[in-house]
Formats: sequence, C-alpha cells, structure tokens
Amino acid sequence: MSAHKGLNLTLKVWRQKSQKEKGQMETYQVSDISPDSSFLEMMDILNEQLIEEGKEPVVFDHDCREGICGSCSMYINGEAHGPGRGITTCQLHMREFNNGDTIYIEPWRAKAFPVIKDLMVDRSAFDRVMAAGGFVSVNTSGNTQDANAIPIEKQKADEAFDAATCIGCGACVASCKNASAMLFVSAKVSQFALLPQGQVEAKERVQNMVKVMDEEGFGNCSNTGACEVECPKGISLDNIARMNREYLSASIKGE
Amino acid sequence: MSWVKNTFSSSIGRKFAMALSALFLMIFLLQHFVINFTSVFSETVFNDISHFMGTNALVQFALQPVLIFAVVYHFAMGFALEIKNRNSREVKYAMNKGQANSSWFSRNMIISGAVILAFLGLHFYDFWVPEITTKYIEGDMSGMINGEYRYYHEMVEKFHDPVRVGIYSLSFILLAMHLMHGFQSAFQSMGARHPKYTPGIKKFGNIYAILIPAGFIFIALYHHLTSH
Repeated sequence: MSAHKGLNLTLKVWRQKSQKEKGQMETYQVSDISPDSSFLEMMDILNEQLIEEGKEPVVFDHDCREGICGSCSMYINGEAHGPGRGITTCQLHMREFNNGDTIYIEPWRAKAFPVIKDLMVDRSAFDRVMAAGGFVSVNTSGNTQDANAIPIEKQKADEAFDAATCIGCGACVASCKNASAMLFVSAKVSQFALLPQGQVEAKERVQNMVKVMDEEGFGNCSNTGACEVECPKGISLDNIARMNREYLSASIKGE
Repeated sequence: MSWVKNTFSSSIGRKFAMALSALFLMIFLLQHFVINFTSVFSETVFNDISHFMGTNALVQFALQPVLIFAVVYHFAMGFALEIKNRNSREVKYAMNKGQANSSWFSRNMIISGAVILAFLGLHFYDFWVPEITTKYIEGDMSGMINGEYRYYHEMVEKFHDPVRVGIYSLSFILLAMHLMHGFQSAFQSMGARHPKYTPGIKKFGNIYAILIPAGFIFIALYHHLTSH
C-alpha cells in the first residue's frame, strides 16, 4: 500500500431520470479518495455512499475498465474522458486532481446521443452508421485465406490498423463543437478503403455511411481538430480528409 | 443530375462547396489587395487598373457574377451550417473547455464571419453601389470626372474619415482570424491533406492570413495619414 493523502472532492454530476425527463446538475461530496484509484472507482465509491444514504446511484456506462471497449463516456471538467491525452475515463486516475477540487461530470452531449439515464447515453446511432456499410460482404468464415496471400504495402496496412483502433466511444462527437461524427465514420471508412478486401465496396460504403451519419442528426465537421486531440486512440484527421476524398470521388464515379 | 443535388446536400458536399467558394474568395482577395496596393506608389497605375477592371466585359459579366454567387453562397451556407450545428447539441455542457483542444479562431468562425459580412455592407455602400449606379444606371462608363480618372480620389476621400479607417482596420483583424483557420480548413474539406504538403499549406495560410489583412490596414492608414 502506497502512503497517500486522501482527496476530498466536490462532484457536480448530471442527474436525469429518463430520456423524457429534464435533468440537472447535483452536488455531492466524497472524501478520502485514494489518488491511486481510477475515476470509475471513485464513481463506485460515490455510488456506495449514495446507496447507503438511500439515494439512487449514478448510472454510467463501463465495461472492460482497461481502455479497450469504448463504453465509458463521461465529460469531465469540460473534456471528453477528462484531462489527459490518449486515455478513456477508466484509465483516468484521481492523481490528476487536487484535494478540494470541484469536478464537473456530464454525459456526452449530442442530439444523436440522447441521454438514457444520468451519464449513460444511447450511442446506437454509431451502430446504424456501421450497419450501413462498416463491413465487407465477402464470406470470411470457413475457407479463410492466408493473410499474407494478398500483398499489402506496410504503410497502408499500418494506416488501416491505426484507423481500426477506433473503439467507437463517441468522444469525438462529445468534443466537437458541432457534435459531428466525422472522425468516427472516417476511421471506419478508412480501415476498409485502405485494404484490397474493402476496396471492392468502397464507393457504396462511403456514400451509405455518410448518408446515415447525416440522417442521425450529427453536425457538420468544421475542422477544429478537437476530436483528434480528445480521441483516446489518437485517430488522425487524415482519416477525415481521406473520407472527404472517398466521398467526393464516389459521388462522381459511383452509381 | 440528382447525384449533383445529393452530393451538395450532404454534409461533406456542403463543406466542399464552402471550401471551393472560400478558395475563389481568397484568390479574389489577393488580386484586390495587389490592385489596392498600387495606389500607395502610383495614382496612375491604380486608376488604369481600376478602369480596366471596372469596364472589361470578362471581369464585369463573367467574373463578377461568380464573385457575387461565391459571396452569397459562402455567407448563406455558413449561417445555415451554423444553425444546423447548433441544433446538433440541444443541451449545452455546464462546463466545456474548448480551448483545451482547439483554437479560438476555429471555434468562432461565425463571429469573424458576421463581422466580415457587416464590413461588406459598409464596403458595398462606400464603393460598389456608387460604382454600379454610375456605370449601369447613369450610363457613365468613362470613369472620368473633371477630365481625370475618379477612382483614386474616390478611394482617398473615403479614408479621410478616421471612424471608417477604424472600422476597416478592425474588420481586417477579424478577417485575419477567419483566414487563420479558414485557409487550411478549406484544403482539409477538399481532402487535400498529406504529411508532405499539409505543413506547407498551414504555414502559407498563416502568412496569407496575416499579410493580406495587414496590407489592407496599411493601405487605409497610409491614405488616411497622407491625404489632405
């Protein structure tokens, strides 16, 4: 056990009973929080405290708690996944805060991500974008070809891999002043467009995915770059430029 | 031509059209600056070029309508996109640190854009409306007044007023802010991004964004301070 001085914190947390009801910020106090604990562990402590007081615990998304699943989704002190770069909320530790701090904790804010309850939002708009084209139609079950049978440039393979590291957490939408989903959609378009297996359906894919993205009510990209900075996986704006090219080219050459 | 309509009504197509109109406007701004700058060292050169630009059929009836369309489209679509974007987040954050991840210029294009629009109103009132009235309503295509070209004197006369020079200078500072983000953003919207040339575009964009508005401010101040 490392010797530590526990943190006493004031939490301003968004509470909302359901999608239809209006929410508001509620203030809670937590004390003696270990600087070594993760942000979600601190939330667990808050919830235990609330349960003991006979109050409703705060609802929030979480799953793997190791930065892979993309479930956790809190807007902490004005930034998606809080202060720090290249991390999700579950990878954020309380040592980033000081004793006596006030911490604002809000859900992702976007028309396309309605609040389900408290800090949990409905991100199924991303699923519908993926269903519109985020896949390859080739049947890959059974007689799977050896991966090295199709030669792919190392640089292309690396770029595709980098794009594929997007965990779909939605921090890009939450951070964007326009609530645009361009970084997410462009990462998904790129990971296929860069590889021969994905190029067969590239034109229809980008057109269909952009169409659904627009229908879901996300805003337009105005290239502020906030998404790239706040993305826990460092997805690059290069992907947005690639999607712009892919889309414009598909509009001219496609069906 | 439904594919054209579909493309330009999509989010990416609209941004592409915004970028195209922006590029045209930036080229226009450069030539406007070069012509205005000639007034600093030669009244005759400025008058000759102004007369050519004001009476040449290609400039007047081919380029000017494109310019008007680009201006109207850029402003109208700019405001339309701003409304759409604001509606994409109905509940605002209680705390939002935009400065932690993006520049003020990039987040406030609507503010700099609105100031530029207000400036254009004054600029049109000062120069464009009288010019169109003289040429196409009164039918005077000579460009002359009392036996000499009127363009230089008309411009210098406007810059006598210190308030006007102040408004012009402030507007150009906002234009510089708009261009600081807008220049490189236009290339990104068109998909022109590569490690080889994007740093160069950003550098050139910053130079352009500072140099051209600063040059316009210099011209206004120069004529304000040297004319009597």
